[in-house]
Amino acid sequence: MRLRRRLDPTVIAFLIPAAVIYLWFVLWPVVQAFQYSLTDWDGLSATFDWVGTANYQNLLTNDSVFAKAVGNSLAFMLVVVIGQTILSLALAIALLRSSRISIFLRALFFFPTVLSSVSVAFIWSFIYDPTFGLANRLLAAVGLGSWQQPWLGDQDMAIYYLAIVQIWFHAGQMMVVYIAGLQQIPQDLYDAAGLDGAGRWQKFRFITFPLVQPATVIVVAYTTIQSFKAFDLIWASTQGGPNNATHILATLIYNSAFRNFEMGYAAAQSVIFMILIAAITLLQRKAVSLVSGRVD
Amino acid sequence: MPATSVRTSQGDTPPGGAAPEQSAPPRRRRRRRFNAAELPRGALLGIYALLIAVPLVVVAFTAFKTSQQMYADPFGLPPSPSLDNFAELLAGGRLGTSFVNSVIVTSISVTATLLISSWASFSIARIEGRLGTFLYLFFSLGLAVPAQVAMIPQYVIFRQLGLTNNLLGLVLINIAVTLSVAIFILTGFFRTLPKELFEAAEIDGASSWQLYWRIALPLSTPSLAAVAIFLFVMHWNDLLYPLLFTTDPALATLPKALLDFKGEYTTNYPVLFAGVLIASIPMILAYVLLQRWFVAGITAGAVRG
Repeated sequence: MRLRRRLDPTVIAFLIPAAVIYLWFVLWPVVQAFQYSLTDWDGLSATFDWVGTANYQNLLTNDSVFAKAVGNSLAFMLVVVIGQTILSLALAIALLRSSRISIFLRALFFFPTVLSSVSVAFIWSFIYDPTFGLANRLLAAVGLGSWQQPWLGDQDMAIYYLAIVQIWFHAGQMMVVYIAGLQQIPQDLYDAAGLDGAGRWQKFRFITFPLVQPATVIVVAYTTIQSFKAFDLIWASTQGGPNNATHILATLIYNSAFRNFEMGYAAAQSVIFMILIAAITLLQRKAVSLVSGRVD
Repeated sequence: MPATSVRTSQGDTPPGGAAPEQSAPPRRRRRRRFNAAELPRGALLGIYALLIAVPLVVVAFTAFKTSQQMYADPFGLPPSPSLDNFAELLAGGRLGTSFVNSVIVTSISVTATLLISSWASFSIARIEGRLGTFLYLFFSLGLAVPAQVAMIPQYVIFRQLGLTNNLLGLVLINIAVTLSVAIFILTGFFRTLPKELFEAAEIDGASSWQLYWRIALPLSTPSLAAVAIFLFVMHWNDLLYPLLFTTDPALATLPKALLDFKGEYTTNYPVLFAGVLIASIPMILAYVLLQRWFVAGITAGAVRG
């Protein structure tokens, strides 16, 4: 006989702290963000006006800094996702065999992940420093002095140089995901393919690549979100400068809200930011289900 | 997702593209022959190892140099290693204060998040049927909330509550933003615990608290440790919320203090890097000592979040 279980008071009590904090400090703020986005509030005054969709209209038609930040977010994301996925897969394959040296290298490559974004930003502003930075010194030392750059001072390219930093920061972490994925692939498949005369590339193309796909899905999805949210790194590196050239949405929203005191306007930016992330996530899911022929 | 770890067991087979020497006799030291096919692998690993290691080593060296020594030879060993940079940072007491702030905020945040999320997860896993599923999805919704969306209203709420410029406020916001990930992971784990265990204990008259404290928690040590490490790294390194919620330098955590120093010392990298070393030491120690846990914890938490 099935007894209908009565809910124990302790079980209810256990839920209360989490529910209160979650509702009050996570879900309610999201609702409020939508409300604020319809106002012209500066965050300080006691009063504000409802402006309807004016903030959104402004953002979408009349704000070149915002458009630049959207473009930067997408460019930064694309470079990081492509670069980090390929690099972390290559590293994982190269380090799959367990040997003392490969265990050491895995640990080394993962290491930047435990540093703070601020530390990583400092390290790379030293590398990128135009007058005495390591990058320019190294170029001069190997006779490529003509390749020297102002790096983060270059308005057109700085966002891509920051993408390199992001990849340096997190590729090791994604390598670990790939190593776990590669370990699921049975060795027999490679042996059988070897007997059939498959070369290295064919083994990669027809065994490794399709069978490691679950890990690829995780890596791509996570890297996408992570690069969209790379506030700490970019804020600590350039604060969105020079001349707004390296703002991604995450830094621009902070700047609008807490530097320019345009809370309503920033809230509208944040709503668009959330919609963009949701749209990209959905697109990725769709792509995955198309490729693998199933919906999950 | 499969468990992740930097190490793998000795019996691991090499399925990757780079697996020559397939019929080597076991248990005998092979002499490495030169193998042209190994060249790209070696080049990739060698170059990437330099790319990671050189900047880290340069940072460590630079922290013990003067500015002049850094300009003269950025790559070399410190010619006369000195602790002046550290002394300068610690002199005003500000970095020491930030270090203490970081320790306080991080340790309380991690403990409180673990406690609150494990309570909730235990309940969600215990409540069967639709209500349990609903609660699980309800808390998981928070995973889809980007920090930048909630942060403006959060700032307003915290200001009204007098929780800005207040370490307790930082603890609260840390709990709030990591609650969903922690509940997601822990509920997933609690649900795998065999029901018979709880039923048997209930028949013996155990209360819900005892089921939680005596059975669920002890059996979940690996998951709890993974979540704890994930939270530890995230809270220790966080810049966004200290930037939002604290303006008083006496309340800055380490990342915020470092960023303030950057404003003061601009390109005085020796001093900045001394700060980077001080701020990173707990992480580096923990990473070296608890490496397996670290890699699994950070990756599991991050990938799910």
